[in-house]
Amino acid sequence: MGNLNVKFGLRDMFLDGVRPVHELAGCVFLNEHRVEIDAQGLKHKELNDLLRKTLLEGITKITVRNVYGQRYIGTRLYRPDPEKKAEITIYRNPGNDLGAFLDGHRIVVYGNAQDGVGNTMDGGEIIVHGRAGDIVAMSMRGGKIMIRDNVGYRAAIHMKEYPGKVPVLVIGGTAQDFFGEYMAGGIVLLLGLNLKENERHKAHYIGTGMHGGVIYLRGRVEEYQLGKEVGVRELDDRDWEIVQRYVGEFSAHFGFSADKILKGKFQKLLPVSKRPYGKIYAY
Amino acid sequence: MYSYLLPEFVVERREERCIRCRVCERQCANGVHSYDAERDQMWAAEQACVGCQRCAVFCPTQALTVRPHPAEYRPNSSWTREKLQDLKKQAETGGVILTGSGNDKPYRIYWDHLVLNASQVTNPSIDPLREPMELKTFLGRKPDTLKIVLHGEDVRIESELYPNIPVATPIVFSAMSYGAISYQAFKSLAMAAKEYGTLFNTGEGGLPAAMRQDYGKNAIVQCASGRFGVDPEYLNCAAAIEIKIGQGAKPGIGGHLPGEKVSENISVTRMIPQGTDALSPAPQHDIYSIEDLSMLIYALKEATNYEKPVSVKIAAVHNVAAIASGMVRAGADIIAIDGLRGGTGAAPKIIRDNVGIPIELALAAVDQRLREEGIRHKCSILAAGGIRCSADVVKAVALGADAVYIGTSALVAMGCTLCQKCYTGKCNWGICTQDPYLAKRLNPEIASQRLINLLRGWSHEIKEMLGGMGINAIESLRGNREHLRGVGLAEWELNVLGVKGAGE
Amino acid sequence: MRVKTSWRSERLLPAKDHEACGLFGVMDITGRRFGGEMAINAIKNIKVRGNGLGGGFAVYGLYPEHKDYYALHIMFQNKSVEAKEKVEDFLVEHFNVVYDEEIPTDPQVNLFCPPLVWRYFVAPKKKGEEHSLPDDDYVVSRVMHINTGIEDAYVFSSGKDMGVFKGVGFPEEIAAYFLLDRLYEGYLWTVHSRFPTNTPGWWGGAHPFSILDWTVVHNGEISSYGTNRRFLEMHDYYCTLYTDTEVMAYAVDLLMRRQGLPIEVVAKIFAPPMWDLIEYMEEKEKKLYTALRMVYAPLLINGPFTVIVARHSEMFGLTDRIRLRPITAGAKGNLVFLSSEEAAIRCVCPDLDLAWTPRGGEPVVVRLHSQDHLLSLNQSV
Repeated sequence: MGNLNVKFGLRDMFLDGVRPVHELAGCVFLNEHRVEIDAQGLKHKELNDLLRKTLLEGITKITVRNVYGQRYIGTRLYRPDPEKKAEITIYRNPGNDLGAFLDGHRIVVYGNAQDGVGNTMDGGEIIVHGRAGDIVAMSMRGGKIMIRDNVGYRAAIHMKEYPGKVPVLVIGGTAQDFFGEYMAGGIVLLLGLNLKENERHKAHYIGTGMHGGVIYLRGRVEEYQLGKEVGVRELDDRDWEIVQRYVGEFSAHFGFSADKILKGKFQKLLPVSKRPYGKIYAY
Repeated sequence: MYSYLLPEFVVERREERCIRCRVCERQCANGVHSYDAERDQMWAAEQACVGCQRCAVFCPTQALTVRPHPAEYRPNSSWTREKLQDLKKQAETGGVILTGSGNDKPYRIYWDHLVLNASQVTNPSIDPLREPMELKTFLGRKPDTLKIVLHGEDVRIESELYPNIPVATPIVFSAMSYGAISYQAFKSLAMAAKEYGTLFNTGEGGLPAAMRQDYGKNAIVQCASGRFGVDPEYLNCAAAIEIKIGQGAKPGIGGHLPGEKVSENISVTRMIPQGTDALSPAPQHDIYSIEDLSMLIYALKEATNYEKPVSVKIAAVHNVAAIASGMVRAGADIIAIDGLRGGTGAAPKIIRDNVGIPIELALAAVDQRLREEGIRHKCSILAAGGIRCSADVVKAVALGADAVYIGTSALVAMGCTLCQKCYTGKCNWGICTQDPYLAKRLNPEIASQRLINLLRGWSHEIKEMLGGMGINAIESLRGNREHLRGVGLAEWELNVLGVKGAGE
Repeated sequence: MRVKTSWRSERLLPAKDHEACGLFGVMDITGRRFGGEMAINAIKNIKVRGNGLGGGFAVYGLYPEHKDYYALHIMFQNKSVEAKEKVEDFLVEHFNVVYDEEIPTDPQVNLFCPPLVWRYFVAPKKKGEEHSLPDDDYVVSRVMHINTGIEDAYVFSSGKDMGVFKGVGFPEEIAAYFLLDRLYEGYLWTVHSRFPTNTPGWWGGAHPFSILDWTVVHNGEISSYGTNRRFLEMHDYYCTLYTDTEVMAYAVDLLMRRQGLPIEVVAKIFAPPMWDLIEYMEEKEKKLYTALRMVYAPLLINGPFTVIVARHSEMFGLTDRIRLRPITAGAKGNLVFLSSEEAAIRCVCPDLDLAWTPRGGEPVVVRLHSQDHLLSLNQSV
């Protein structure tokens, strides 16, 4: 291969061949006050161009059909001035980083989501009628995410909160390893609805490095599945209030019986220290 | 446990000069100096002294001398005093030894083995005092070509230009977060950058809301593994966004801002509760691979409507050239490379002193690789880590950098003396502390003026060096290794640097 | 390929590739053959996982009319006629060549420096002592000879009734170039979209990487590469391509073909459970995993990876043990899918019966006439 000395240059897999918005008119249908977009074959940026344009035109109700893997839906809808927030309904499979950096908009997905749902999300709501991939709600700092089924690795990693802003994540199924890793704030409910009678949750290293926030875990989990920075507590009245509230919302979204869910056994996982690594250094 | 450590510094007080004014006592946050009223005498608890020289500088009668403690163990080339002290410290604490600032070990400093050219006879040198001399630099991705349409007198650019940011001089303040440094120091950097027409970098601690309007346009805002203070407004108010992958002082590891430093203001800026540790994970957990980097780059471009260049900062490591190529292909508009001697507010000493490669070699390798692949114009390169003077800047540009990041140099301009105790939060110079009593020692009006003076001085020196080479625009020096020669370097080093030996 | 003849020092080894990628695999577990549309459209869906510097396909059940012969796909760099003559002299000496032809390509598709690509269907022509050598070993050694000894020639596919097509470009361009959607059918397709950080501009550098009927497509960077490579060198596998993937392919060949270990065990060698989880296992399991980790420590594949390995009648997907790279599995009727992203599967098969995310380090094993892939469901979510 040494005898080849031709430069490739660079091919931009995101931007090469992106069509300008006016060429995409054929994918957009105005239906009273709702815009419908057919995303079949649209590139990542093309779909997001259309979403931004629609919102800037003042239309907030948007339905997107035939979504297959388009990324960053909702990400480019930030406006410095407080505008009306969008309500985006998605059919099929939104791609990675759904609602990354989301700024108060609402996204409902009928289908499965992939990795990075609500990555560094600032506010708004994401409702997934299906499952989601890895790092759901990574570094999320505001708003609400509800996933009906299971989630992958490292859900709720490094979620954080500060006064007046507490993110909420509710997962109907179970999660894979490193659930709640590095968690610094926020409220997480893991309901385990699809586990069999007495089957334990799947994740290992739950809450490893956790130093803030709270996880309400419904169902069975063994101590060795928990990170060493996590303590297990019984729920007090205030906890039950929170759990009832979000289980109620969750059930309303997905048509479950809240009472039935609340009958399960809940445990509360808390960080044992706000400073898990305070003692590892020699000053 | 009784400590077996020797003091690091000796404090010598010339009693005949000391007027018992107790300035030294008030200036020292480490509690070294104390006054014994009974004997009317000042005492020094030397084991607490970090050698920051604050007391010596502020002593009105210059009565104080602080210098390394002369006590030595039996000389031993292998088991040096530093190694012995570290062993004892760990035996007493069982901890990871922390340190601050950059690597202080005697790795070869290549800047000091590179010499610059000057015009003689065949090409006139230029006098920058009277002739134009341009340092303006654009940071960002450049297109392969421009499509230009001429309609009579009307000229139109049909190609879409990528976002680029101009800087008045190829010197940018590198990432130092509010939290690692005081608000006053942070603000001083912002003020100086704005005044001089260059950029400062927020680090990963967010940008206080009150500063966004005035200083956003001169800010490179970081999106690091902790995502502290990252919200859509933060991203959109900035000149550019930087994804921090690594830092020269601690490649491959994260950071912990201890809870006691997370004051109310820092808590608001970082958007985390007061008093909790701010933990930056070692990796960004949405980046485990090059195509994931691409995913975050485009997420940030989406979040800012493709209006900002996105920089990616890495520590200089073994395969830096290949990694840089991947970064550019992943969509990075600027790549920042931080070398072995880059500074830090806190890092495990073992990492700081042993991981990474020198910036000079990394920079040369990256520039060369990108050129071989025909994609050098697709990004700007920012070189960081141990840029100490304007000659280092010129040499970096000649090796291929578009601009340099300076951190330590800027801190020194504000008063830092490299005592390496940044992580204690007791910086007597008001730079690396969140103690309001200490921080207010740094007046942003004065400190920013010191920074502006530094930029002005360096820029002038750069112009002199350029003029000497017969160059009147910095872009003609960029990657122009013809103007460099190596002295005292081995064959392989010259090869990596891509420069001839002096006289060759 | 270059042979490791006399590296005076590890220092002189060329730098290894760093790359990351998009992967996709689909298999019909009844063995029914189908065209390339699914593989092509799926990989096109995850185009942004690659950067246009490499793409490739592996197809099984490709040459039923010549299924008893080794199908050698050979590329001649710079369309070198001289190399081709040398290769053909060599083939005639060591094999019975029953049929050969140029692999058809579409000249309309503009790609970077395409080599001349030819295929030969051959049977070993053994002499003397060589008769005691298994056919597979005979073929491997001859393939290595061509790859290391004849300049500008590279055998990139050498199995029976299967073949690899690969090159520099986005995978859909490679597919168009080799007319994959029009000319071929197979019961198992794997495909790879490459995002290298090294750009040798060499068609052989693309994935799948293949030896005999093994093919490997891989995403990630193996941090243990140096350890793995030097261990394999002790077993006479010389890494000549300096890609992570090569290590994986040779390790699979060593453990599965030569040592006869089943994939379920091999997966636990590559991605073993953590010691603190082994602590909680039943005595028998604990003993097994402890032994595996002790004996095969040099083949622990550390760092992020997802890999899809295939051979006849079998395909398996595996990620590293803390799942730093993604994989999704899906099933619909007799079709089983593995992919970097679920959307890629859904866009070619919207109504899956099952879609699941396997646990890190748990292989998804897809076998002809079996439901083994469902075993990974239990551990998955």
